[in-house]
Amino acid sequence: MTMRPIADAAHLAPDYDIVIIGAGPAGMSAAIEASGSGARLLLVDENAAPGGQIYRSITRNTRRGNDVLGSDYWAGREIAEAFGRSDADYAAATTVWSLEANPGGPRRLSVGVSLNGRATMIGADIVILATGAIERPFPVTGWTLPGVMSAGAAQIALKSAQIVPGGRIVLAGCGPLLYLVASQLMAAGADIAAMLTTADRHAKFAALRHLPDFLRSAYWRKGLKLMLDVHRHVPVHSGVRSLSIEGTGKAEAVSFSQGRGSRRIEADCVLLHHGVIPAINLTSAAGCALAWNDGQRAFAPVSDEMGRSSVDGILLAGDGAGIGGAQYAALSGRKAALTALGDLGRISQPDSARRRQALTAEQRVWRRGRAFLDALYTPARAYRAPADPQTIVCRCEEVRAGEIRDAAAMGVPGPNQLKTFLRCGMGPCQGRLCAQTVSEIIADARGESPGITGVFRFRSPVKPLRLGELAALPQTPHALGAVYGEQNTNDNPTANSEGTSNG
Amino acid sequence: MSLNTGANARTPEVETAVIGGGLVGAAIALGMARCGREVTIFDGEDLDLRASRANFALVWVQGKGLGNPHYALWSKASAELWPQLAADLQAETGIDVALSQRGAFSFALTDRELENWRHEMETIAGETAGAAAPFRVRDHAEPRDMVPAIGHGVVGAIHSSLDGHVNSLRLFRALHCALRNRNVPYRSRQRVDLIEPQASGFLLSGAWGSVMASRVVLAAGVDNGRLADMVGLCVPLQASKGQIVVTEKCKPFFPYTSGTIRQADEGGVMIGDSEELSTMSTAVSSDIAAVLADRAVRTFPLLADVNVVRCWAGIRVKTIDGLPVYEQSARHPGAFSVTCHSGVTLAANHVLTVAPQIAAGALSGELSPFASARFHVPKN
Amino acid sequence: MFRKIESGGSDQVTIRFEGAEIKADRGQTLAAALLAAGIGQFRTSVVSGEPRAPYCLMGVCFECLLTVDGIQNRQSCLIEVRDGMAVSRQHRARDIGMENCP
Repeated sequence: MTMRPIADAAHLAPDYDIVIIGAGPAGMSAAIEASGSGARLLLVDENAAPGGQIYRSITRNTRRGNDVLGSDYWAGREIAEAFGRSDADYAAATTVWSLEANPGGPRRLSVGVSLNGRATMIGADIVILATGAIERPFPVTGWTLPGVMSAGAAQIALKSAQIVPGGRIVLAGCGPLLYLVASQLMAAGADIAAMLTTADRHAKFAALRHLPDFLRSAYWRKGLKLMLDVHRHVPVHSGVRSLSIEGTGKAEAVSFSQGRGSRRIEADCVLLHHGVIPAINLTSAAGCALAWNDGQRAFAPVSDEMGRSSVDGILLAGDGAGIGGAQYAALSGRKAALTALGDLGRISQPDSARRRQALTAEQRVWRRGRAFLDALYTPARAYRAPADPQTIVCRCEEVRAGEIRDAAAMGVPGPNQLKTFLRCGMGPCQGRLCAQTVSEIIADARGESPGITGVFRFRSPVKPLRLGELAALPQTPHALGAVYGEQNTNDNPTANSEGTSNG
Repeated sequence: MSLNTGANARTPEVETAVIGGGLVGAAIALGMARCGREVTIFDGEDLDLRASRANFALVWVQGKGLGNPHYALWSKASAELWPQLAADLQAETGIDVALSQRGAFSFALTDRELENWRHEMETIAGETAGAAAPFRVRDHAEPRDMVPAIGHGVVGAIHSSLDGHVNSLRLFRALHCALRNRNVPYRSRQRVDLIEPQASGFLLSGAWGSVMASRVVLAAGVDNGRLADMVGLCVPLQASKGQIVVTEKCKPFFPYTSGTIRQADEGGVMIGDSEELSTMSTAVSSDIAAVLADRAVRTFPLLADVNVVRCWAGIRVKTIDGLPVYEQSARHPGAFSVTCHSGVTLAANHVLTVAPQIAAGALSGELSPFASARFHVPKN
Repeated sequence: MFRKIESGGSDQVTIRFEGAEIKADRGQTLAAALLAAGIGQFRTSVVSGEPRAPYCLMGVCFECLLTVDGIQNRQSCLIEVRDGMAVSRQHRARDIGMENCP
């Protein structure tokens, strides 16, 4: 048995029992668990090789004597190899741009994919969304300058291309990944001029009550070692406020205040990180209900212990369902696969439940300590909801924090009305880098939780798709009728020339 | 419900309550505020059905009012008033709503389409004794002379010089900025659940509390159907869902507009639109997007490589005959209905014509054909 | 802007960026290859014309958009380099090339 790579849309089956979206630890583990069950599987992933971001390029890299990535990274090799032995179809370098119910169709869900320049719709009984996490937006003045990247981007460059930033690097923010990236870059010989940590006293205090739990966790020794390692070799400035990046045409320096003073440090490359949040665009566009997770300070899809979303047939696994880390994600991927197999009748429901239960017990180990990290690394209010009116929040449409606060003050009922007023979130990134901030700013202005404020409603295509690809899709009678009009159903023949509310 | 329940001495009072803060509600509220009335807007939740966030931004006359000459002329009047509204908004808020009335096409991809449209336009011209918007039927070569990007799939077009478009998102914001500048309270997330006519005025209530209003204007879009019954008005609506495809920004290539494709002033291309009559869901459909994309590529072949960045769908505010309802309640004077599908085209009429009439307390005879008597539904 | 931590692999391809030849390891993403070649600016913003460069390298930010083999606005962090690939910066909004219209 071996996984079957698909390089062209024409080689995809018209439908599958289970479609898994994302080839990180959750998605690969779901495929491994479902393999051999008789269910027809497809795993679709945007990258050219499996691994997701955490195990990026894991099948292409070889561990060398001077390994800079660390053993947690190489643990992904085992999962990727098992995935390679699975009986899944595997469409790499493939974009999923829609996921919708298909009432009356042969399968209950329809997945829009684009592969090698061609779009196609694939039927599925069950879709497991394992779309992972994105880094929390870190809007500070100057963050759109070339030379400013997310810390995750620097790590991806290291994993996928063995490259490191060449000049003076400043890392800023908070969260475990910031220390990991610093340590990996140091090992790779990069020049880290400074590390600026933004965690505030408030967060440290809030984290304290979770400390006993953290000290029993799998994370603390590793974390402590990383921190000590970084502190030994890099000047660390803590309690950094009013961070901004300066430069003309590219990043040249960071400036910030600390205590009562302010400082400026020259930098060629600034790496920002404020933790990770679930990637919700596809989940939300598919109609899955979202809820605000106050501990993780992020919106996440509503799901239960079995991985079920609020939409029939859509299951959730991994960080996309709530941040839990790679090991937790792998277990949730297996659980989602077991739920799927039970629902499809490939295994009995009692068998599915019994096997899931064992995995749930294992997950507890990896959940331990997360509350401490979540609380400790909740970004300070001034970074979540930038106070400087000039700070760009929506990078695509260049909408600034001040404009968003003005619109909030006008009383917009929520982020979607605000989007209409300012075009914020209407660019190609479709709100990925501003949705969270917009909700935070409105919530801040109204003095309420972002859970009350709400978040952008996302729509397909969740990734840009060429109009020509869309135009080449099969045309259904219903859709033709809806666009060109069905005879005798429309008393106003020009109604369709006016738009939804027309003009 | 009985009269004089619920209200008590401590119920706050407002002079005029406009229910609905969309393009129609904001336009009426602005027009009334300009007449010196004290207006308060009540609006619902962020994710309510909101046609104002789902429109095609046309200031459109051609083809409107077939069999209803008063509607053809009403639309034309608004198009002609639009430059004044745009100038007023610019003066009040500094916001340029990018009104462009350079003429517009209806692109026909088949000869039959073109013939049908020609027939409709000639009928409307006849019904209005030539007073409707001017139009020309252009053969396949003419549109391409004006817009080189038009493809050979276009067999011809109806062209009307009066038609155009605006930036409807900026129009929406400009109306709200003008209201803010005039200190008109905008009470969002305050859905009006109930309107109870009282001896002198109307008691509005919801989860947020209640207020007494001496006058109430229903401008709540698809919610007008529900609210109208409470004040002796009648707004029979039909479900009508429309979907649009939107592309990334492009450098300018289409300086006019059309009923199915337009390039917004910021560069994005909007591709419309569909109509489904049996759903109130605003979920988008890839099937419908595919048909819209196909028609767009046949009209402008060079759009094939352009990226689609968004689709959206909305529910039209569409009465059963497709025409607006402007009416004051006979049974409960002081309650008005402003219900229409064309919140952009008619915005100028709403600010400059309808709102002053409501402010004065009576709608003019010109608006009587838009009363609900035409539906022949007996009023209770 | 970026440098390789070890000498380049033997399996290399040649791409053209703004007309100049650039060597890149096979399997690399286009964005990584250009960063490794010292390219610091990828596009100019559609709104203000300000220079932009990759921010996330994982398909999220759309800052790495380039024109690749004649197709504009492609996410270079999701495309692998190919021998002979012709690449140029994306300047502001896409141009549909109406002067070439039939």
